[in-house]
Amino acid sequence: MTPRRRRLILVSGIVAGVALAGFLVLRSLQENVMFFYDPTQVAVGEAPIGQRFRLGGMVKPGSVQRTAGTLRLAFVVTDYKRDVPVQYEGVVPDLFRENQGVVAHGRLGTDGVFVAEEILAKHDENYMPPEVARAIKEKHGGVMPKGPTP
Amino acid sequence: MIPELGHFALILAMLVAIVQSAFGLAGPALQRERWIAAVRPAVTMQFLLQSAALLALMFAFVSNDFSVQYVAQNSNSALPVVYRVAAVWGAHEGSLLLWGWILAAWTLAVALFSRGLPAGFAARTQGVLGLVSVGFVSFTLATSNPFERLLPAAPDGRDLNPLLQDPALASHPPMLYAGYVGFAVAFAFACAAMIEGRLDQTWARWTRPWTTVAWAFLSVGIALGSWWAYYELGWGGYWFWDPVENASFMPWLVGTALIHSLAVTEKRGLFKSWTLLLAILAFSLSLLGTFLVRSGVLVSVHSFAADPTRGIFILVFLVLVIGGALALYAWRAPLLRSTAGFEFSARESFLLFNNILLVVAAAAVFAGTMAPLISDALGLGTLSVGKQYFDPVFLLPTLPLIALASVGIFSRWKRGQLAPHRGAILFTLALAAAITAALMLGVWGGAKFLTPVGFALGFWLIAASFVDPVDRLRRGLRLTPAIVGMTIAHIGLGVFVVSVTAVESYTRERDLALAIGESGRVGDFDYRLDGLRSAEGPNYDALRGTVTVLQAGKPVVTLHPEKRNYWVQGSVMTEADIHMQPARDVFVALGEDLGGGRWSVRAQIRPLINYVWLAAFLMAIGGIVAASDRRYRRSGESV
Repeated sequence: MTPRRRRLILVSGIVAGVALAGFLVLRSLQENVMFFYDPTQVAVGEAPIGQRFRLGGMVKPGSVQRTAGTLRLAFVVTDYKRDVPVQYEGVVPDLFRENQGVVAHGRLGTDGVFVAEEILAKHDENYMPPEVARAIKEKHGGVMPKGPTP
Repeated sequence: MIPELGHFALILAMLVAIVQSAFGLAGPALQRERWIAAVRPAVTMQFLLQSAALLALMFAFVSNDFSVQYVAQNSNSALPVVYRVAAVWGAHEGSLLLWGWILAAWTLAVALFSRGLPAGFAARTQGVLGLVSVGFVSFTLATSNPFERLLPAAPDGRDLNPLLQDPALASHPPMLYAGYVGFAVAFAFACAAMIEGRLDQTWARWTRPWTTVAWAFLSVGIALGSWWAYYELGWGGYWFWDPVENASFMPWLVGTALIHSLAVTEKRGLFKSWTLLLAILAFSLSLLGTFLVRSGVLVSVHSFAADPTRGIFILVFLVLVIGGALALYAWRAPLLRSTAGFEFSARESFLLFNNILLVVAAAAVFAGTMAPLISDALGLGTLSVGKQYFDPVFLLPTLPLIALASVGIFSRWKRGQLAPHRGAILFTLALAAAITAALMLGVWGGAKFLTPVGFALGFWLIAASFVDPVDRLRRGLRLTPAIVGMTIAHIGLGVFVVSVTAVESYTRERDLALAIGESGRVGDFDYRLDGLRSAEGPNYDALRGTVTVLQAGKPVVTLHPEKRNYWVQGSVMTEADIHMQPARDVFVALGEDLGGGRWSVRAQIRPLINYVWLAAFLMAIGGIVAASDRRYRRSGESV
């Protein structure tokens, strides 16, 4: 084999490998990204049922209900327009509070209840997930509703 | 007064950086000896001025000068002095100042250790570093001045984010930046070589130790951040594929590729233009990391401010640096042809595949990190990419990488045949398989599909790493630091693979609802909640739990997880308590009052998790040892 031919084989091998890797990466991206929906989108049926996605909004005041003595928890996520009931079992983050921003990962059931596998509330008191902030801002024409500061 | 002096020193530093880059780049081009001679004093001056600026800010923090806005926002008179110093880089403005200072320090190191280099080349290198410095310092001055006054002065500060009040996190940014900025040196060497149109094996020999040391710093920086996230955030893992983590991991992957490709360029004069490209890429990704983290594009603990002018400034800077370097590359790289050939089973081939796989892994991480930003920018919807994507996509190139490393260690340069080493290769593989079988059958039991693969690959790499040094010793040959360092780093990688496999396969975790005196079972451990009482720290009060962990009825350890309330910011923090042992960590974090006399408790058992960070430190030590090899300090042109 001439060095030229060998180099050709090597280069085409690398190109093929990189192309395959690129294809797999894109496919994996397509299958594994999680989309974000706000409560209005969920309420009007835009969100898929049975698939994992992120639900974000504010924890509705007065909606957090615990089954005393267990890790089970139910609350309502709202964008001050539509509400979505959420169920969760586990330890919630330190900053999970009523009237605070929250993002839940999980699946929507046929009964319209979102079953969360993971709950995120960020580390900053004033933090609102950017998606939530934007979703709420769009609905209120740029005016942010203010809850009582903790 | 002191803050103004700091501000003034920073402005002077920028002016000196302009002088440094002008003389450093124009001097050799116009062959002005005296201009070239002026570069080194300029570098020294810049370092002194940047140090003055950094010290001025530190002084403002230590002396509780709340008339400085940055101090008022990030410190408090009740904050312990150590954290007042660390608070300097606790937010955006100060961390930029630190970035600039570290760049000045690296440049000074280049000036001090470059006496063996041709004067023109050294001047060009420092000139390029000067340009980077001009960009960063002007960014700091224009958009993020840490010395800005607050009028009237605040009576007290708003305190440092409690999450950041921690020894590992206090040292995480300096280490990480030392790594990021260290790649600027490799970048500057690459630019200087392209400007001169000359890149030989001596060049690679000069560049290697700098790259390796930068890489070692980056390894330690990433490990410290990961360790902190483990015990401080209370999430209990070591890596979350958070965009900010990825931002530091991408330069590390490309830097690792660069270290290996530099070896080929030095020993065999091959891969020249590829090495240059990697040097540009490693530093570009470091800058991109800074951009992603500091611009507020990504929201996480790390991103401090969402100020659009900052983002645009960094973006422009990024485009100038990367675009300029790539243009130079397109213009000059064709001059640098490699002529030598090599056989398929030679070490060059293995290092080629090492490079391809590392770059593919970095590209996969890049795609996942940037996808949400791109989708958002194009209005395609808000999405997030997590573990489900990163785990498989990252393992796909890296599992073969580990296997190739175990075989590649046996290969030789140019026309190495693997046949004479077949015995050793098969023996180490068999040894690894035996250890894996013993572990899985005897100690931990079966687990996931990838568990035996991970163990076998990790142990294989460790075993294979030992063969060459042992062989050399047996033949009475001297072990050079370069070989010892490489061996340590490869063993570190093997340890990393083994520990990650164990953690991913055998972690047991559960959230428990416990009343006082009640216990819950996790794996083969019982967690018993013995009591709760209040406690007080220097700047917080806390609820302190007493949890006894038992195994087979016998108490293993009593842990005290806390729920802290920091007074100044009024923020609640979970302080997990972890019993660290060689074989496993017993982790407990206190949740909240569930009503009915019960409390939620997060309980986790993680085998071998400490070796994940230990492995990163091993890799870093390997890098430092290898970089200390005397070979790199020989001056002149001899190879």
